[in-house]
Order: sequence, then structure tokens, then C-alpha cells
Amino acid sequence: MPQNEYIERHQKLYGRRLDYEERKRKREAREPHKRAEKARKLRGIKAKIYNKERRNEKIQMKKKIKAHEEKNVKQNTEKVAEGALPVYLLDRDVQSRAKVLSNMIKQKRKEKAGKWDVPIPKVRAQADGEVFKVLKSGKTKRKAWKRMVTKVTFVGENFTRKPPKFERFIRPMALRFKKAHVTHPELKATFCLPIIGVKKNPSSQMYTSLGVITKGTVLEVNISELGLVTQAGKVVWGKYAQVTNNPENDGCINAVLLV
Amino acid sequence: MEIDLPSCVQARLKSDAGEDTGSPLDLPLNITRDQLQLICNALLQEEDKPFLFFVKDVEITNTLKDALDITKLNAEEVVEIIYQQQAVFRVRPVTRCTSSIPGHAEAVISAHFSPSGKQLASGSGDTTVRFWDLHTQTPLYVCKGHSNWVLCISWSPDGFKLASGCKQGRIIIWDPNTGNQIGKTMIGHKQWITALSWEPYHKNPECRKLASSSKDGDVRIWDTVTGLTVLSLTGHSKAVTSVKWGGNGLIYTSSQDRTIKVWRAADGVLCRNLEGHAHWVNTLALSTDYVLRTGPFHPVTDQQAYDSDKNILQQRALERYESVCGKCEERLVSGSDDFTLFLWLPEKEKRPLARMTGHQQLINDVKFSPDTRLIASASFDKSVRLWEAATGKFITTLRGHVQAVYMVAWSADSRLLLSSSADSTLKVWNIKTKKLELDLPGHADEVYAVDWSPDGACVASGGKDKVLKLWQH
Repeated sequence: MPQNEYIERHQKLYGRRLDYEERKRKREAREPHKRAEKARKLRGIKAKIYNKERRNEKIQMKKKIKAHEEKNVKQNTEKVAEGALPVYLLDRDVQSRAKVLSNMIKQKRKEKAGKWDVPIPKVRAQADGEVFKVLKSGKTKRKAWKRMVTKVTFVGENFTRKPPKFERFIRPMALRFKKAHVTHPELKATFCLPIIGVKKNPSSQMYTSLGVITKGTVLEVNISELGLVTQAGKVVWGKYAQVTNNPENDGCINAVLLV
Repeated sequence: MEIDLPSCVQARLKSDAGEDTGSPLDLPLNITRDQLQLICNALLQEEDKPFLFFVKDVEITNTLKDALDITKLNAEEVVEIIYQQQAVFRVRPVTRCTSSIPGHAEAVISAHFSPSGKQLASGSGDTTVRFWDLHTQTPLYVCKGHSNWVLCISWSPDGFKLASGCKQGRIIIWDPNTGNQIGKTMIGHKQWITALSWEPYHKNPECRKLASSSKDGDVRIWDTVTGLTVLSLTGHSKAVTSVKWGGNGLIYTSSQDRTIKVWRAADGVLCRNLEGHAHWVNTLALSTDYVLRTGPFHPVTDQQAYDSDKNILQQRALERYESVCGKCEERLVSGSDDFTLFLWLPEKEKRPLARMTGHQQLINDVKFSPDTRLIASASFDKSVRLWEAATGKFITTLRGHVQAVYMVAWSADSRLLLSSSADSTLKVWNIKTKKLELDLPGHADEVYAVDWSPDGACVASGGKDKVLKLWQH
């Protein structure tokens, strides 16, 4: 074991050989040649190990060179943000608003055809037996013409009951809904909006007229509080939305706005 | 009981500046507006000039009798009829969209006509400034140079240069005839540019100096030829929202620190600090905005009178400025986030002339009419309000937009007003009837920028839907 830094001490006292720098330079210049020769001469497992080492070294070196090159070149990679705003809106918190909803003509045409591109295109049909529960009436309970709706319903403001004797369908108060949670797909925001009516229940025309709301039903909702405008600058107030959950199970109506 | 109504009344015609036309006249009470106009033209030795007449602040729309409260009239009294001269020419209201030109890849943030009304430029969020050919209504030049949103553009009063400022705080001068950059990019502001304002033509016909205000709280005056800052006006403690270069060598700046400061343009000395607003000051307007913008020519009446001698042009610009400003000094109106407007005489007083209240939301834009008699203010409360420019008296509210109103623009004859809104429409208002003249739907989204060309022929509007629309009669 060498004691103390005797080499450094000697160098400090007496200096190096006069040709030290030159020898060092030459040795370093010869180094790649020596390594190349070694790589050529090695055989077997040693060659494999050595070549792998050399390959990794080269990869590191190339990476380093590239990094230096990138550092030297000035890059303005700063991306221009989207959604340009005028000066007077820059300091205000303007929430991003979806585009003005598609024009009314398209919607009218779709309405006529009774077809919409809806988020849930295929809906499981609701059988009568599932939606209605038979209520038996009469003294001996042999009359069975009365039905109770077991799904969520929407009953309009101006609905008046028929006399109970002639009321064929009962829509329980506990299952009546007035509001729905409507998600705007572009805004990615959800609003609790009042329902205007049931536009279409895909299972049956009768469900539509009864106001039965099941999964896949198209509702008309009042979106005036969203502040959307038509191209003519009028406030849009009624838009369609499709129900995405099973309201009778969840106790709330979730829907997606049809844009 | 029958009241013995006089059939004649002693009346004296006075201009709105307070000049008498002569001795009192005996006028029949059932004199109509047209007849008054003839008399007025004869007295002033003019030919067929249109006038408006007011009796005790009530406009005479049909006959003198209708406007005058006869029962309270004293037979001895001399009724003062005040006349206001209207513009000799008429601007027809824009009624249709002649073209909607796509081109910008992002929202159009600013659109401005050149002082002559013959050229049009727009700045957008896609970092370009574009020039448009108004004859064929097609794109002319695309000017790339900025690296962020082009927030504001401003034509020099001679119409040979266009300055644009971007969100990075750079200012570039463009040549509208070739679409190339002139000089160096002016770098200095640390944050985005909020407004640009050129030196008035009658001060220097070379159009060299430009004032720019920035979010970083500074106002810089640039020499556009060398591209260097001449003066840096620091004093505002928050973002400067607007800068106006007045015709008397003063620069007015408004800021979010609730003050308006008046600077001397020559040496950058702070002359006056106008305080009064309780919140951000958003916008400024000068009564001389229109005349300073158009420089030596009136774009409608002086179309033929072209001259190339700059001294003569400067003289003419000065004459035009003084004819507008001669009656009274430059007035300044400021609109703020505290829902009020203030009317100032910034050359003389620190105290406001009037405080105009009534808006229920912040005021985004305010403009003087070209004849300097009216002020229109656009607010986020969906309304446009009209005010008398001399006293700040409230005239009327123009309602019709269903969302925030962003900008207003006057026609050159001050008879029509245009407003642009977040509800994607433009609306043309008739100032005489104070009613909606026309509704111009067409944009698919919010309208950010609108400008009525100084000669009144054309309107350009741009917004979030990325197209530039041109509207004509």
C-alpha cells in the first residue's frame, strides 16, 4: 500500500518529465486505435462483452453530442396557445364556451325525420310487463285493467288527473321528475336543468305520450341559463338531451345534450 | 274655458356653441322643421345644410308647437332655438354581408380600416397580420413576424404604415402596399401590448412616433424609423389598458390602478393625474378621435383634393383639428369596471366634468361620435347607452343584444351606430329614432372586432369564428 500522496509530492517538488504533455497527447491519440485493435482481436465471450460495452459507450456519446448541438441552437418551441382573446378579455376570467350550437334548420330537419345521432344508439327495449304493474280492482279483485308505471316519469305542469275510476295509468308521485343533470359534451360541464318534455322514448310511442323516462329516452330540456345563442343572436332555450342512466335505479336523471 | 293661444312666438336661433345668428324673429308656432331649416340656411348664408333644432333640450321633430310647452310659455319671452349642423353627407346603413373571407386560422382579434377607408387590415390569434383587398374582397397579404397573438393594430394617420403589437410585447411596422416589414421589430415591453397610438398628423407629417401601452405598466414612445424607444413613461402601478395621443401634444393613458394619467409627449413629464374611478379603467375615447384618425383628409368630402406636399397636408390636418376642437378643448371620456363613465377636460382640469352612471355591468368600450356631440358606451350588461358629450347627460339606452356588448363603431356622419356583441350579431342603431335599425346576424360566434370605415362605405367585423366579414349597403 502506498503511504501518502508521494507521487503528487514528487511532482510538486521536482516537476514532471519535460515531454510529459506530448507523451500524454500521443497516448490519448493512440487510444482509439488500440481499442479498435483489441475489438478486432478478441474472440468468443470476451468479444461479445467488449463489443456490447463499446456499443453502449457509443450510444451515450452520440446522445451527448446531440444534446450539445441542441443547446447551441436557439429554439423557440413556445407554442402559441389556442383560443385567442382580444385585449379587453385577457385579464378577465372568461370561461371557455362551446361554439354556438348548430343551426336550427338542421335540428328541424332531424325533428321531422324523428332521428338523431344520439350517444346511445341502441337501447334495450322495455317490455310492457316491466314498465307497468297490473293493479287489480273490483270487489273480488278480478278486474285487471289498471296499470301503475314503475319507471320514472315526467308529468307536465298542466296535467290534470282523470277521475280515478277512469284512470288507466297511474304515475306515482315519488317517481315524477322535474329536473335532469345535463352534460354539455363540448364544455364538459354538467348543469341541473328543468325538463320541458319527453321527446321520444324509443321503446314505444305510448311511453312517449305517458312521459316515461328510461335509459336512452330523448328529453327536451330548458337550457336558457347556459346562455347559448343561435346564429341570429337569439337565446336558445330548448334543446334535446338523451338519458344515459337508469333513472328508476339511481334516483336521478343523467343526460347528454345533443349538439 | 278657452285659452287664448298665441299664434306667433319670438324666437332666436343659436348654434350649439352659443353663437347668435342675429335679432329675434317672429316665428309662427306651426312652423315645421323643414321651414326652420330653410330659415337657418338663409340666415347663415349656407346652401341646403341639414340641421337639428332643439327647444329647451327637446328636439323639434315635427313642428315647433309640438316641442314647445305652450301653456307655460310667456308671451314676452324670446324662445331660444338651438340648431346643430348635421353632416352634409349621409352614410347608408349596412344591410348585408357582402363577403365572409376565411383565412385566419384563429380568432380575429382586431380589424381596422386605413384612414382613407380604402384598405383594411386585421390581426389574429394565428400570429399573422393580414391585409385585405376591399375591391375584390379577397386576401391581399399575409404578414408573418409575430410569434404570438397579434392583439392590436393601428394605422398611421397618413395611411402608409401599420403598427401591430403582439402578446409577447413586440411591435412590428408593416408596409400596407407590399406587405413587408419596415425596420426592426421593436422589443422592450415585458408583457403584452394593450394599445397603440400614433402621433397626430398635424404634429408631424412624417408619422414617426408611436406610443404603446403594455400590461407591464409602462407606456413607451417609439421612433419607428430607428426602432428604438424614445421615452418610457412609467408611473402606473398596474397594467395600462389604453393609450391615446391627443392633438395638443398630450398623451392620455388609463390603467388598472384606477387612474388616468396625462403626459406631455415632448419630454414625458407627467402633467396630471386624473382620479375618480373606483375600479380598473378599461377604455378611453377622445372627442377628436375621428379627426386624428383621418388626418389631413376628410374621407368623404375631400376625396378629390389630393396633395402630396407634406407641409400643406400638415396645415390642412391642423385646420381640421382646430375646426373640431375650436369650440372647446379636447374632451376625454373613460369607461371603467366600476360601471361608470367619467367625462374629463384633461388639458385644464383635474376634476371630472361629469360622472355618468347607469350601466349595470362593466363598460368595455366607449366612443365619441365623429361630430363630437354624442358618446356611445358599450357594456357587459347587454346594452349600449348614449350620452350627450357636452354635459354627460344621459340620452337613452339601446337594448337588443342578448349578451355582452364588446365594441361600438360610429358611422362617419354620426347618424348611425354599430355594436358588436358576444351573441354573435352586429346591430345597427339609428341615432335619430334611438331604435334598432338593422340586425346583422351571420357570425357563428362572438364578434370581437368591428370597424366602420371612415368614409362610411363598408363595415368589417371579425370574431371567434375566424372569418372576417364585410358588410355593405
